[in-house]
Amino acid sequence: MSLLELNNVSKSFGGSCVLKDVNLSIAKGEFVAIVGFSGAGKTTLISLIAGLLKADSGTVTLNDKPVTGPGPDRGIVFQNYSLLPWLSVFENISLAVDQVFGDWDAAKRRAHVEHYIKMVNLTPARDKRPSELSGGMRQRVSVARALAMDPQILLLDEPLSALDALTRATLQDEISRIREETHKTVVLITNDPDEGIYLADRIIPLTAGPGATLGPSFTVDIPRPRDRKAINHDAHFKQLRRDVTTFLLDSKHDQKTTVTRKLVLPDIEPEDLTVIRSFGERRTAPKRSREIQEEKIEV
Amino acid sequence: MKSFKCDWLILPLLGALIVILGWHVLAGKKVVTKDAEGNVASEERKGAIPALPNVVETWESSKPYIVEPFAKRGELDQGILRFTWLSLVLVAKGYLIALVIGTPLGFMIGLSKFFTKMTDPIIQVLRPVSPLAWLPLGMVLFLDAGRNASELAALFTIAVCSMWPTVLNTAVGVRAIPQDYLNVAKVLKLSRFKTLTKVMIPATLPYMFTGFRLSLGIAWLVIVAAEMLTGRPGVGGFLWQQYNALIYEQIILCILTIGIVGFILDRLMSVVERRFKTA
Repeated sequence: MSLLELNNVSKSFGGSCVLKDVNLSIAKGEFVAIVGFSGAGKTTLISLIAGLLKADSGTVTLNDKPVTGPGPDRGIVFQNYSLLPWLSVFENISLAVDQVFGDWDAAKRRAHVEHYIKMVNLTPARDKRPSELSGGMRQRVSVARALAMDPQILLLDEPLSALDALTRATLQDEISRIREETHKTVVLITNDPDEGIYLADRIIPLTAGPGATLGPSFTVDIPRPRDRKAINHDAHFKQLRRDVTTFLLDSKHDQKTTVTRKLVLPDIEPEDLTVIRSFGERRTAPKRSREIQEEKIEV
Repeated sequence: MKSFKCDWLILPLLGALIVILGWHVLAGKKVVTKDAEGNVASEERKGAIPALPNVVETWESSKPYIVEPFAKRGELDQGILRFTWLSLVLVAKGYLIALVIGTPLGFMIGLSKFFTKMTDPIIQVLRPVSPLAWLPLGMVLFLDAGRNASELAALFTIAVCSMWPTVLNTAVGVRAIPQDYLNVAKVLKLSRFKTLTKVMIPATLPYMFTGFRLSLGIAWLVIVAAEMLTGRPGVGGFLWQQYNALIYEQIILCILTIGIVGFILDRLMSVVERRFKTA
């Protein structure tokens, strides 16, 4: 039985179609990565799942119940962390915990927050403000906040794309570890096929926009725990990476982007200077033509 | 220019010295001519601007007000700090009224396009009106208040004039709340009240404090006009009274006092403002 289902979901913004007929089915406990170009509509897709956006057509269902709006049953980690800068690490997470588990007593909520701070190894920084933390640490807070809501599904929207390569690798390992510990269902949006393959059970490419849709899903059956160094020499890993990349590049190739450009012709017209113009008559200025033509260029 | 040690202190002092010198040179001096017996024949003021008191005259005439800043000799004859205190109390009251009305109004304008469109022309029309124009209206509004009429009119004027920066800055601040923060509130399903108190107000605070600072500046500016017209004791009232009494030296004392107090208020507010900026 699938936990999350998308059926023929389409979404457009002001006439331009971003997502078209997206179908997705994610089983409980699965880790799915969605890879695509920047600007293809990955964030739109995750916002639809999160309920921050409404689909123009098609349905999004979680546990067979249609998604009508955002809610804490879908914990989301945004690309830009979205931490409240006036709250400390502890306060940011407890804002979520107090809201979701309002019926617990204070001590239990507190312990819950501490537990997740510990899970992302931020206990020494629990009273720091986000501005005092590095990008990687901020994203850990964001992950801890999402997990502390105990969501049915964890949505990661390019969580690591703003980080440097080394921090990125560390956090990938942490996401992998946390996922093993919590057995959460995870949807990871990324623009890095390697990251997707390294982390996920299944990787699905999103074609290049406009009118992006999901491609075939590739199952990653590399056994866990995966070794970052060894995986680079794994034949299956290489094959997957080649397939996914090829699919993405081909989808980009199909879409020829055209740009309409204004073509301005010179603003002059020959004038017969031998004709004498007199003041008595209506003065005519030299004739000018302003012609603007449009041309279409393929990029 | 190369900076040197203590230039933060020496350069402003140098600037002040030049201005004071210029003032002293331009100001009039009392010239006493005596006849042969040593009796005063005539007294006249000479100089580029004869009526303008010079530095020495200003100091000597203002001395009693400065050395005994809290003395009270009469309703309109008090030490300068006592006057300042009276003015500050009045400003504080009017300013608080402005904040209490202006902040929620700014929030409403920031939150609703409907409300923005409805109020924008009114605000743009009322904003540039001078305190001198509001005060008579205030007097009319509180005509029946009897003894308190002048105070209420002054408060009304201060509030109406100093409200706008708070209103506009709060509105801008509310519109500038990053969508990310609101998304957090949405995902957590925070109630409207909680979204307001936990997300929107903290996110708007830096803007609000910029508005508060500008409002305080205007409130202090308005006090002089309000006191002049109502004749209330205070720095502005004192200034106007001394002008009418032809004691010009103390006008300068009042101007300096108003300026220095305004400067200190602005500094204090910007310290508070900076605290919230970093948050």
